[in-house]
Amino acid sequence: MIRRICLMAALAFLSHNALAKDWTKIRFATEGAYPPFNMTAPDGTVQGFDVDVANALCKQMQAECSWVKQEWDGMIPALMGRKFDAIAASMSITEDRKKKVDFSDKYYATPLGLVAAKGSALRPDLALLKGKRIGVQRGTVADNFATRFWASEGVEVIRYGKQEEVYLDLAAGRLDATWVDALEAEGGFLTKPTGEGYAFAGPTIFGRNADEKAVIGEGVGVAVRKKDTELKGKLNKALAEIRANGTYDAIRKKYFSQDIYGE
Amino acid sequence: MIEWSVITDSLPQYASGLWLTAQLTVLSLAAGLMMAIPLSVMRISRKRLVAGPVWAFTYFFRGTPMLVQLLLIYYGLGQFEWIQGQWQADNTFWLIFREPYGCALVTFTLNTCAYTTEILAGALRTTPHGEIEAAQACGMSRVTMLRRILIPGALRRALPAYSNEAIFMLHGTAIASTVTLMDLTGAARNAYSQHFAPFEAFIFAGLLYLTLTFALVGLFRLAERRYLAHLQPRKAIKGPTT
Repeated sequence: MIRRICLMAALAFLSHNALAKDWTKIRFATEGAYPPFNMTAPDGTVQGFDVDVANALCKQMQAECSWVKQEWDGMIPALMGRKFDAIAASMSITEDRKKKVDFSDKYYATPLGLVAAKGSALRPDLALLKGKRIGVQRGTVADNFATRFWASEGVEVIRYGKQEEVYLDLAAGRLDATWVDALEAEGGFLTKPTGEGYAFAGPTIFGRNADEKAVIGEGVGVAVRKKDTELKGKLNKALAEIRANGTYDAIRKKYFSQDIYGE
Repeated sequence: MIEWSVITDSLPQYASGLWLTAQLTVLSLAAGLMMAIPLSVMRISRKRLVAGPVWAFTYFFRGTPMLVQLLLIYYGLGQFEWIQGQWQADNTFWLIFREPYGCALVTFTLNTCAYTTEILAGALRTTPHGEIEAAQACGMSRVTMLRRILIPGALRRALPAYSNEAIFMLHGTAIASTVTLMDLTGAARNAYSQHFAPFEAFIFAGLLYLTLTFALVGLFRLAERRYLAHLQPRKAIKGPTT
């Protein structure tokens, strides 16, 4: 009896593994609070640029995709903990993250920008930011940047769980500015009624030197576990295909007027 | 495999987080207790007009989660233009509500005050009749009786229940990190999001909370030994027994 149970358990385990390996079913995770890249619809489903691109990738790979909503700061640990198989949540490809997970090729690239009240004299320069309260989302590229280059130099970097909360506090007057992904700020705040009266202060940047570039990363990719090289390969192939057949551009046009793929 | 570097790299943040957590706990408990003493006396009043508002206050703060209260005070108040205007005008009182520290302290104080009021009111109600009769026989006025008999007695009797409230409060301050404060939990979340190592980040915060809890329990045990000495079981008399 016990032997039979063990055998069945072993078989179940093996077959489960076998199923997972051919990638006909992929569980994607996103945050759902980062418009227009990913946001939560009133009915609880996720939508946005990340979601549409990932769904197009699935279609191209002839895989069935399901979505999981995950808080941003637990995204990578949850991926490693097998809560889902891939992250499509506007995650920039950076050296720090590459130590833990693997990334597909980039599917878009975005600079960082400083958003403040219109007419503000602030610029993304250390000298002008000293003593100011700058809001960032915890664990983002913007946070890493502000922590690395500004926080120790007297800029008050205030970290939030969600970017939407940063906008709330900026609008409420608790912050002088937010340091954020420029496309996110554009689509998620500046073009909305609450963002009226705010604008980018100074230029948006992709990194003005090698150090900054290393922190900002080389674009946004789909993150997968390190050992899932086959999935990564399939994703890259599908990405090249939807770039070539016009699907990618059709999705991009739905959200942005200009090209966001970058070089 | 434990990555010790997650903890060692973030030690300064944990230290300042520990300090902030201790501050929030001690200050809100102290302010809450001070406010709870008069409120509990009002709470047991027979006059509806006196007891009613206190009842409503404790009902609201005990009936809603502290996280909701904090979000309401921090993000909720900040939404109103009138309050934003007060901030712009540097109104000292309303500026408290601009700072996450002020919002957290106000929320925690009101919350613990509501619970403590009910604990104390319960203790006041169980004052032995004999004590009240004796006080009246001595000719004490109502105020003197409150000051000398009712409140000191109630505070003693409330001590065991209050020690629980204090520990809940310590653990409750963990939600301060949701409004950008870098308390112990905030420090752990930061370490977690930087190193993607939840186990190390949170187990260390857990151990620090445990240490704080033990310190609190120890303090209350000392207090109980002193103020509830008359309730302790009598110690066996040493020496030869025949």
